[in-house]
Amino acid sequence: MDKDNLKKEILDILTKDARKTAADIAVMLNLKEDIVSASIHEMENDKTILNYKAVVNLQQLKSDKTHCIIEVKCSPQRGVGFDAIARRIYKFPEVKSLYLMSGGYDLLLLVEGDTMKDIGFFVAEKLATLDSVHNTSTHFLLKRYKEDGIILETQEKTPRLAVTP
Amino acid sequence: MRDFVAEKVKNIPPSGIRAFFELVIGMKDVISLGVGEPDFHTPWHISEAAIYAIEKGATSYTSNLGLLELREMIALYLENHFKVTYNPKQEILITVGASEAMDLAFRAILNPGDEVIILEPSYVAYCPLVTLAGGVPVTVSTIRGTTFALDFDAIRAAITTKTKALFINYPSNPTGKSFSYEELDKLAHLAREHDLVVVSDEIYAELTYDYQHVSFSSLPGMHERTILISGFSKAFAMTGWRIGYAAAPHDIIEAMMKIHQYAILCAPIAGQIAAIEAIKCGDKEMRFMKKEYDRRRKVIVSGFNKMGLPCATPEGAFYVFPSIQRLPFKSEEFCRKLLTEENVATVPGTAFGSAGEGFIRCSYATGMDDIKEALRRIDSFLERHGLSCTEQAAG
Ligand SMILES: Cc1ncc(COP(=O)(O)O)c(C=O)c1O
Repeated sequence: MDKDNLKKEILDILTKDARKTAADIAVMLNLKEDIVSASIHEMENDKTILNYKAVVNLQQLKSDKTHCIIEVKCSPQRGVGFDAIARRIYKFPEVKSLYLMSGGYDLLLLVEGDTMKDIGFFVAEKLATLDSVHNTSTHFLLKRYKEDGIILETQEKTPRLAVTP
Repeated sequence: MRDFVAEKVKNIPPSGIRAFFELVIGMKDVISLGVGEPDFHTPWHISEAAIYAIEKGATSYTSNLGLLELREMIALYLENHFKVTYNPKQEILITVGASEAMDLAFRAILNPGDEVIILEPSYVAYCPLVTLAGGVPVTVSTIRGTTFALDFDAIRAAITTKTKALFINYPSNPTGKSFSYEELDKLAHLAREHDLVVVSDEIYAELTYDYQHVSFSSLPGMHERTILISGFSKAFAMTGWRIGYAAAPHDIIEAMMKIHQYAILCAPIAGQIAAIEAIKCGDKEMRFMKKEYDRRRKVIVSGFNKMGLPCATPEGAFYVFPSIQRLPFKSEEFCRKLLTEENVATVPGTAFGSAGEGFIRCSYATGMDDIKEALRRIDSFLERHGLSCTEQAAG
């Protein structure tokens, strides 16, 4: 397996279950453990792998945090495009993710706040007042159905027969 | 009152798998390596296509042969994947699972007393189906020590003037073995030499790891004497939809269709529509599942070998067939003990014919965590009985 393919295979396994160890992965791929751990280290060092986190069902937590997505229309600046305004925005800790989008608006923010009021404050005082921001549109999240590829509602399982030919 | 059950049915031994199934029922916290079907659900786009079709009113019979579009897609698929050409109008029959296709094949080709060579250990249905069709199954063991290489002298010795057909299944349930090109070539040679029809169950063809499956009918001269059987159950995780097919020369398909039209009429339409979606757009999800099986395969093979239960690396399907010959138990006894003492369900090799004695079948169509836990339990079983590899060596 070449280096790039090895990385792809490892990432495929880790993005599904970040707790798989290099030893686990080595068995799954039928490779030596040190080859796998070297590749993982390389990806950690060059920031291909950013972090290992748990995917949490916030619904279950009865978390009282509030989440929303905000669409932002703004004007690009000469020489730097949207990068400068993006940099200003992503430094706010309430901004969990930020993407440049094609289509009807420019930036998409995923924002987390303790209360709806907090988020209102962030939008009115911090975001909408930035020079190149023309327009914001805030959508509050009401219910989560699927998180990171995982369906959150408990689904009835039709059991397989325990022993079949 | 008379005994109404026919002798030939009475004489068919009960399935060893059924016996184990009864044992497992009612037990709690069992990890099962005994399941012969994918643990994945049917990919959603496939189910959704069928639901949509039912909503639109697709609830009728189809033509006896099956929906033409499905047959055309299958013909295209066989051509593209295996370089075998079948006319979708005359040489492909859609059946209720590969199971029905096998039944039809035997009933269509066998005269009373005709013999069929079957390589054992083999999937549970073949011998009974041959018997019910009036034929005589003649089994040949493929067990060589702890591996499954073919012994052509033994096969040759089993062939008589009454031999009509050779039955093969590769990749194999229960061993996971596929045939090398040399083996296929030799089998083809035998078929030609003794003028045999070859029934080839290739339902696991897509689940072949590391190399490309070679379809038996693609071998020189074999197209006209092969009944190719396959289906959607395994590769597309569609066991419950019950769709399989047979591809064979026109006169054989015609004969099979004759039985099918009276006994079955047609395969269920919702399943056929789902199968069209699977064969058209199911490649990506199928490859995803295959990759997952491949990783589990490596984990389970390495697990058994580490415990000193020699386990050949299967070329395909989702089974391993490790040897327990070094243990002081017969297969059946070992599987029972493992089930009652460690809550791990496996299937004794003998369920697949007497040749399977000394082996167990473990399916890796089960989540990775369950596989690891099952391996851990088997290991602790061996330890408790003083049968660990290292203890053996020390003793
Ligand atoms: C080798 C083999 N052939 C055929 C079948 C039956 O397949 P189907 O669901 O298409 O009837 C199975 C199922 O376990 C199998 O393992």
